[in-house]
Amino acid sequence: MSSVHPPEKTFVLGEFDTPEKLVDAGAKLRALNLGKLDAYSPYPVHGIEEALGIPRSIVPKMALTAGLLGACGGYSLIYYCNVISYPIVVGGRPIHSWPTHIPITFECGILFTALTLFFGSIALFGLPRPYHPVFEAEAFRSASIDAFWVSIESDKPASELTEMAQKLRDLGARKVEIVRGPIS
Amino acid sequence: MSAVAIADVRAKAQQARAELEPPAWIAPGENQPKQDDGTINKSLLDYIWKNTDEGWLKMLGLTSAGVGLLTVAIIITVWKGIGMWGNNIPVGWGWGITNFVWWIGIGHAGTLISAILLLFQQKWRTSINRFAEAMTLFAVVCAGLFPILHTGRPWLAIYWLFPYPSTMWIWPNFKSPLMWDVFAVSTYLTTSLLFWFLGLIPDLASLRDASVGRTRRMVYGFLALGWTGSARAWNHYKIAYLLLAGIATPLVLSVHTIVSFDFAVSVMPGWHTTIFPPYFVAGAVFSGFAMVCTLMLPARKILKIEHVITARHIELMCKVMLLTGLIVTYGYAMEQFASFYSANPYEYFAFYNRRAGPMAPFWYLMMFCNCVVPNLFWTKWGRTNLWAVWVASIFINIGMWCERFVIFVISLHRDFLPSSWAAFHPTIIDISLFVGTICLFLTLMLLFVRFLPAVAVSEIKELRLEMEHAAHAAHEAAAKNLGAGAGGVPAAAHAAPISGKEA
Repeated sequence: MSSVHPPEKTFVLGEFDTPEKLVDAGAKLRALNLGKLDAYSPYPVHGIEEALGIPRSIVPKMALTAGLLGACGGYSLIYYCNVISYPIVVGGRPIHSWPTHIPITFECGILFTALTLFFGSIALFGLPRPYHPVFEAEAFRSASIDAFWVSIESDKPASELTEMAQKLRDLGARKVEIVRGPIS
Repeated sequence: MSAVAIADVRAKAQQARAELEPPAWIAPGENQPKQDDGTINKSLLDYIWKNTDEGWLKMLGLTSAGVGLLTVAIIITVWKGIGMWGNNIPVGWGWGITNFVWWIGIGHAGTLISAILLLFQQKWRTSINRFAEAMTLFAVVCAGLFPILHTGRPWLAIYWLFPYPSTMWIWPNFKSPLMWDVFAVSTYLTTSLLFWFLGLIPDLASLRDASVGRTRRMVYGFLALGWTGSARAWNHYKIAYLLLAGIATPLVLSVHTIVSFDFAVSVMPGWHTTIFPPYFVAGAVFSGFAMVCTLMLPARKILKIEHVITARHIELMCKVMLLTGLIVTYGYAMEQFASFYSANPYEYFAFYNRRAGPMAPFWYLMMFCNCVVPNLFWTKWGRTNLWAVWVASIFINIGMWCERFVIFVISLHRDFLPSSWAAFHPTIIDISLFVGTICLFLTLMLLFVRFLPAVAVSEIKELRLEMEHAAHAAHEAAAKNLGAGAGGVPAAAHAAPISGKEA
């Protein structure tokens, strides 16, 4: 085969019925240090970031940078067009009459922020990604409906995976699945 | 007092208390005394899986016919030129600008609900934001048609409106408010679209996962982009959504401010006033909420989503309409007063001409619809009787259209020189374009409520959990109070912290 396949990864999945149980299990699993953890829920679960040790999002910094760049870019565009490249005198006003530049500068700042927030966060989510190994589990459908899942990413041998699955059951998971698939 | 009388008083007091206590944001459904994530998911998305309703098809047929009319009117406008419109000199802007500002204003309620109410932590927005955001998008699309067509040669509009390096080496004039408008409206459309889609992603994933059949799963799976609901993604999502709301708030205020600059920056009597920006923004919110009510009242019934869009939501929307209606009324009064107080004969005449000129009926209709009708919402009956709210909201839509007509056309048709005065008559093309955009808007709304979730399902689930926690905490606090011998009424204590937090 000439094509390059992305590496296959194994995930041990556990389903919980309430967000509280998910947070509790997440914190305990993190202490056990079994592998990379993630949680899946239909809506953001309070406290899960602390439980899993997820760092603060960099989205606000991206947004601020984009907003400032957009505003500077907007102002520079007007300055270049109406002052340097093709000066037009309107109603005897100065060529560089900054108050009339404010609305477009503001709108450009907003536009760049919005584009960065959307496309930046889509990129941070890792989307678009039509396939993910967790979708191998049919029961995982409930993750976007009414159940709370936790996953342990691991390359350990099968015997240790079953141990992890047992661990999840002990922590109160009502369903446990082991899935394997390529992840890019 | 006899025992019967005491019991009677008690019963009355209990009833009064029950009336004071606000109903929950999420009501129990039919055969569903308690909602959970599963039942919410099912009840809010179920209609998407149902077979196409005959009534829906008939409505779509009707509105599509209107879109056909719009297409014909656009072809005639482009083929023959904008001489086909009723515009003349001095009324260079007629129905086109009236419709543009009316549609943009309608869009504003969507952003207000989704962004400003989110920042103010108004829980009730959760049920109506998705629907209102879709309304924003479609209204802005309709609005955009008018200025683009008014350029006469829309295929050259990119060159006139956007600064791109062309071989002619000249640039648009950025000192013109019309250029500001281009940037404001296009930024508004883009931001609204992105905000709407970002909110839709988790719900599209629930649709994908609740779907039966390969085609549906593939379509919604494609649209959901592979969303798993991972905690790492939610971590970025929460803040991105909040920040988008944060920037949409000044944006929506700036858009109608800039729209009002189109007029206020000119020297026309009746336009050249500093009151325009706030008065336009209030008017936009007023008409936008009216349109939300006009569409939402039938939609909640047809889609069977009355358990998340409750009577309390409608009552609050009526209160917003009452407030913005009063601001608009103040604006009208202030304009009239300023025209008299300025002692400027042109300014004075412009307002005299609105009240007593040949097009005065529009002014009286506007006063009736925008200043008299909203007073209905002072009464509990007016806010809770759905028919009354619906009829009033239609009156407000008409009134706000008249307001724009009064401001733009009546000011233009008689300005400084009596020798250049002229009347304005819309042509059949004007009317077809306006009716056509209404049909285009309704077509898009019909398609939206058929194929996409009209309510933000993931946000409703989150709200339900929050309410459950609040109720639980209140219950425990009440129990603790009773245990400590502090007395008090457990029922009232149970409700108070929730309503205090939400109201």
